[in-house]
Amino acid sequence: MSETTATAPKPFDWSSPEAMAKRKRRYAADRRLRLYGLVSILVAIGLLGILIASLVVTGYSAFVQTKIAVEFTADPENVPAEDPGAGNFRAVVSNAVQALFPEIENRRELRTASKILSNGATTIVRNHVIANPGLVGQTFTLEVPASDPFDQLNKGVIDRNLPEDRRRVSDAEIELFESLEARGLVSTPFNWGLFFNADSRFPELAGLAGAVVGSFYALLVCFLISFPVGIAAAIYLEEFAPKNRWTDLVEVNINNLAAVPSIVFGLLGLAVFIQVFGLPRSAPLVGGMVLSLMTLPTMIIVTRAALKSIPPSIREAALGIGASKHEVILHHVLPLALPGILTGTIIGLAQALGETAPLLLIGMNAFLTSPPGGIMDPATALPTQIFIWADSPERGFASRTSAAILVLLGFLIFMNAVAIYLRQRFERRW
Amino acid sequence: MNMLTDAAVEAVLTEAPKETLKMRGSGVNVFYGEKQALFDVNLDIRENQVTALIGPSGCGKSTFLRCLNRMNDTIDICRVNGEITLDGEDIYDPRIDVVELRARVGMVFQKPNPFPKSIYENVAYGPRIHGLASTKSEFDAIVETSLQKAGLFNEVKDRLHEPGTGLSGGQQQRLCIARAIAVSPEVILMDEPCSALDPIATAKVEELIDELRENYTIVIVTHSMQQAARVSQRTAMFHLGHLVEEGPTDKIFTNPDDKRTQDYITGRFG
Repeated sequence: MSETTATAPKPFDWSSPEAMAKRKRRYAADRRLRLYGLVSILVAIGLLGILIASLVVTGYSAFVQTKIAVEFTADPENVPAEDPGAGNFRAVVSNAVQALFPEIENRRELRTASKILSNGATTIVRNHVIANPGLVGQTFTLEVPASDPFDQLNKGVIDRNLPEDRRRVSDAEIELFESLEARGLVSTPFNWGLFFNADSRFPELAGLAGAVVGSFYALLVCFLISFPVGIAAAIYLEEFAPKNRWTDLVEVNINNLAAVPSIVFGLLGLAVFIQVFGLPRSAPLVGGMVLSLMTLPTMIIVTRAALKSIPPSIREAALGIGASKHEVILHHVLPLALPGILTGTIIGLAQALGETAPLLLIGMNAFLTSPPGGIMDPATALPTQIFIWADSPERGFASRTSAAILVLLGFLIFMNAVAIYLRQRFERRW
Repeated sequence: MNMLTDAAVEAVLTEAPKETLKMRGSGVNVFYGEKQALFDVNLDIRENQVTALIGPSGCGKSTFLRCLNRMNDTIDICRVNGEITLDGEDIYDPRIDVVELRARVGMVFQKPNPFPKSIYENVAYGPRIHGLASTKSEFDAIVETSLQKAGLFNEVKDRLHEPGTGLSGGQQQRLCIARAIAVSPEVILMDEPCSALDPIATAKVEELIDELRENYTIVIVTHSMQQAARVSQRTAMFHLGHLVEEGPTDKIFTNPDDKRTQDYITGRFG
């Protein structure tokens, strides 16, 4: 066993206990490394799951809306046939409530009963009659949203078994509502209003239409500015600029710009676009300009990376048959880099879509009850709408906030999916 | 005066018609930044002949080739001095139009690099940007003759509108040759055109080079001694940035003047 010569190194014994123990330790280290990675991924997935789950739990109820089928009578006394819009629809609604509850006799109780219907019922009936002038003098059934407390009551957010002084709806009100339920007049259809209504002070009427349109306009402006400017800047830096200290400086600063907190761009927008250029406050135009300041560095970096990934052999091939520089770039390099550029653009726009702070500074958190008609009109955006709703005290806004976040996440997932699809579909490998 | 005229007359008499000078490099030095890659190279390229540039890796043969159509311009740190002429005109003269030069001196690269477009578009691209044709039938004619000259037409005539990148390596390289021919160059530079090809594809390209010699002047860089011996009429041997020896291929391969050439072609180094 211990016979060894003095000069030659002892042949390594792979089966000695020390060697086996060392190998075992190395395998254990491999397994630990793998385990750490696995645990990190599970933690990340778990946190994401908790986030989505909590949003769904609080937000799902906002995707349905309690509605009550009410019979309205547009009697000519209240609604003049020649000009239905000028009618007294408050009286029409009040008469309809009286008809729902014939047993109520005094005005105070009637007013309490009216509160079951949304405050917007008058407007809804008015719009319906204006749209169908033939209804004047007729009786018709219309489903109107229940007001927020009763909406919450119906969805079980307000617990009927709590003592009366600890809930927002009194026993008498619950009794009235239950009588409607017993008559089968209460339904909870899908809440299209969440997507097609603009904002409102009343949660049951509030929707995301204004915010979606505002975000769309802002992103459109952002795209129209940052896409051409970003590509042109990237082409210059990548294909034309001499490599010297000045271009190095520009490059470092572009990378720095990408890391500037977004609120700083908001301040810049406020100070320059609104104060100096005199552009309107709260407008998607200014929002888009501010967002484009943020996406521009990302766009430039992504485009440069895409241009750089085009193999030099393609440039040489084109140069070799006498293509000039712009032909090499426009006919060969840019088309090949386009899938990468588009992917980067979509991801940049998705970032811009979720950006809140700069929009707050330029006033895109205004309370507006109609969607903007253009890029100069005051508007909100999806993230600022979430901000406004999260700030509102009514119970209904809590679930709407979560629902709006889910809608925003839906848009982001959709945009990223498009980016992934484009990359898979058009990316070319050499 | 008389002396000069006599010399010119003598030159015309001694050089056979096929031996006209097409390109000439005299005193060419090339620097990449601080590093000198070529030292005082004097080399003549004769019309309608294949000139092979041989030598071990890093000897400057590709650098010299890329000087002939100013492809080195695309490298920021590259500086060229000395004189290179095409038909007696200095191609590094500031008045020279590089686009025209590269159309007259075409290039085929080491790795087949067809554009990721259709076979037809690959060939038609050059004529289109230079405005060599205007109607569909003119383009069709250019594409067909170019592919024919490159010996590819019969293989691809039914799929001209399929992507050029879908062809085999050898076919891609012949497509690249067709693309170079399509702009009617006078000189074709080939940078190790067969190094990425299998022996059968190589044989086809070599055969093609021999046919092309009739209409074009060809300069080819190669690592294969056999290839140089098979396709070229003249051979230039480079070593460490110096032109060691230049002469008829037969002589270089059978009876070189320089010991380094002898060693290289017998495989003693490189």
